[in-house]
Amino acid sequence: MKVAVVDYDAGNTLSVTKALRKVGADVELTYDTERILASDAVVLPGVGAFGDCMDGIRARGLDAAVRDAVTAGKPFLGVCVGLQVLFDGSEETPEVPGLGILPGKVVRFDVAEEGLKVPHMGWNQLRVEREHPVLEGLGGEAFYFVHSYYPEPEPDDLLATSEYGGRFCAVAGRDNVVATQFHPEKSSAAGLRLYRSFLDWSGRL
Amino acid sequence: MGLLVRVIPCLDVNAGRVVKGTQFKALRDAGDPVALAAHYDREGADEIVFYDITASHEGRNTAVDLARAAAEEVFIPYTIGGGVRSASDMRAMLRAGADKVSVNSQAVRTPELISEGARRFGSQCVVLSVDVKRRGSGKPGWEVYLNGGRVNTGLDAIEWLVEGERRGAGEYVLNSMDSDGMETGYDLELISAVSERTSLPVIASGGAGHPDHMVEAVRAGASAVLAASIFHYAQYTVREVKDHLKEAGIPVR
Repeated sequence: MKVAVVDYDAGNTLSVTKALRKVGADVELTYDTERILASDAVVLPGVGAFGDCMDGIRARGLDAAVRDAVTAGKPFLGVCVGLQVLFDGSEETPEVPGLGILPGKVVRFDVAEEGLKVPHMGWNQLRVEREHPVLEGLGGEAFYFVHSYYPEPEPDDLLATSEYGGRFCAVAGRDNVVATQFHPEKSSAAGLRLYRSFLDWSGRL
Repeated sequence: MGLLVRVIPCLDVNAGRVVKGTQFKALRDAGDPVALAAHYDREGADEIVFYDITASHEGRNTAVDLARAAAEEVFIPYTIGGGVRSASDMRAMLRAGADKVSVNSQAVRTPELISEGARRFGSQCVVLSVDVKRRGSGKPGWEVYLNGGRVNTGLDAIEWLVEGERRGAGEYVLNSMDSDGMETGYDLELISAVSERTSLPVIASGGAGHPDHMVEAVRAGASAVLAASIFHYAQYTVREVKDHLKEAGIPVR
């Protein structure tokens, strides 16, 4: 399974790459559109601010590459801000549009009244809202999150949630796209299992 | 349900090997840091903290190599500390795979290190670690020590931590030098004093000898419990500690 990890200098690229290799993927870190489109599956990492990530993606012309890969039906996984940029936009950087692959906006946690801190950082349990091959057996498992914003997808695209002053979207997806707000590469055995399931699902698509 | 309480094995690393001393002295070899961290990951550890304990006073910078090696085998968040002098040191460790960088002595000397790290990399990357000791001759409070406990600054620990929060630190590691390596329990008064004065997550450190000590620390206000010898010498596994916390009604993974 040849997996292209989209390289735009995102902070978690290294750990995403290592985790995919650990579960048996043939990983290529690349910003070459042709190589991305020639791969069997595509992974988009991302940490930091929404606007910075979008700038990094656009600076290398990767917005078109990502859209083309998704349109071509390539199995696609977004991670953390790599999930957020798939949406139309974010409250974090309202002037910067997202990729618009999944309808909806990314919003900030509003949990001060509950006495909760932002960023939401640490381990939190996953509730699967809609069965998906990538999430098989992962309901109730804990995953590692570091984020202040989360997406509000259309109801049909909401695959899993976690609880932080209310339920929020932890996994979104439709068709050949799936994306996690948490970091599978930092979520121990459950996270590696998710990456493995992504490869298995990619092989069947 | 929300965030789960974290259990964090701490690996003090000297010349590429894990060591653990009692009150920072009498070091004993406890193995290869990456292999040990991977073992703790498999056992259910929620995070790993690596301290390059020689770096601060000998000026070494081996921490980047350690961060890079850990990225191959460790699939939980890990923090690197020891000898962090500048934002570019922080950047190098984060680029090498570390999730967070812990600052200690240098942050006391140049507090801008916290502000600059938080601004450039985000508060979630900046862990403010303090080595503290109760004031002598019955006076209340704790003082901040530097360079692995070698230098007393006379600085009040709580005031320093409040400043650290103002400057953008993301969480604290409170190392109690009075209890470190004693295995008689964490300094609970310190944990509650800090929890009352600040709003950042507190990681209790120094003194764990029994899983009950971890339960006490969480009840005193800690969001996470860090320990070394209790794990390194296999008195308790990470899983046993987490089972114990769970039985006490504390949510863990």
